[in-house]
Amino acid sequence: MADVAMHHPAAQAFEPPLFRTNSKKLGMWLFIMSDSLTFGALLFAYSYGRISNLAWPMPFGSPSIMRASIMTFFLLSSSLTMVLGVAAAGAGRMAAATRWILATMALGAGFVVLHSIEWTGLIHEGLTPFKNPWAAGVPQFGGTFFTLTGMHMLHVSMGVIYLGVVALRKKWIPILLVLWLLAWLLTPASSPFHYGAHVLLLGAIVASMILYFKPKQYDAVDIEVSGLYWHFVDLVWMFIFPLVYLMSTRIT
Amino acid sequence: MAHGMQTLNHEGVIVHEHKIGQFFWVWGGLLALTAIEVYLGYQNLQPLKMLFILLGLSIIKSALIILYFMHMKFEIRSMRYVLMTALIVCLCLMSVFFADAARIISLGVR
Repeated sequence: MADVAMHHPAAQAFEPPLFRTNSKKLGMWLFIMSDSLTFGALLFAYSYGRISNLAWPMPFGSPSIMRASIMTFFLLSSSLTMVLGVAAAGAGRMAAATRWILATMALGAGFVVLHSIEWTGLIHEGLTPFKNPWAAGVPQFGGTFFTLTGMHMLHVSMGVIYLGVVALRKKWIPILLVLWLLAWLLTPASSPFHYGAHVLLLGAIVASMILYFKPKQYDAVDIEVSGLYWHFVDLVWMFIFPLVYLMSTRIT
Repeated sequence: MAHGMQTLNHEGVIVHEHKIGQFFWVWGGLLALTAIEVYLGYQNLQPLKMLFILLGLSIIKSALIILYFMHMKFEIRSMRYVLMTALIVCLCLMSVFFADAARIISLGVR
């Protein structure tokens, strides 16, 4: 805690808010706590299966581990750019804050692209939610893997859309629609991402409703709240990467 | 120890001013811990032992993210205790299943 607190004269006239923090920030913390339990349950389910099955598949060779390590670097670096954006917004430098948030979005998008390549490789090897080519006696591997990593990928995608709304506001909608069309038309119909791309369309619809029905200039508190969500997405990956990838490394 | 200046704004909300340098130190620490995890991934340790080591490192990483990047270190004590205690207790309760997972390996499915 800091050792200096200066009191604004007007603050004495009102009852102080709960925990001396902004209600929007507290609301995001409560959401993060509930979402932590969702991810906690999924992670515990995966880890339970991993420990209790001696025949658990080890599909992640060096290329997968290298890719997942780069994805981890992207997310950790995106947390740094996000916190720098929050600090810039707090200091009133909104243009700098926007640039840091755009850098965060670029790193998040890079994470999703690399994860999509990882999924596509595993699907081509024969992995489905119901069977895997490495251990026929452990059919739950695909189901738990796709649920956990898919849920996280969805959160990262929603995080990028959320940050775009905060940083670019209405300018973000046409960009998002172009990204949706590219993702939809450039992926083969057999790929799960051909349909998964519609998340971007849904995001564009929801973002449009927010931006057109309740337009506002997002301030430093809004940027800090969006930063809390983004750091949470990063935090969850800090558990998924070791528990899913490093616990099932194929050592040759 | 002071980590930055804090003031109360007109709504009675605490506003923080952070030192930018500490964020780079935390980022470097997180990358170093990740490198240790990747190294351990190739050490072919027994699964339960590996799980506890990796979980321990992940908890340290998540604590760094929550304390510094999510600014929980700079919030007032009551907020830290209320939010973190509830979360940690709930997640610890889920750990009860690990004992059953270890039992299956030694005793089989009954």
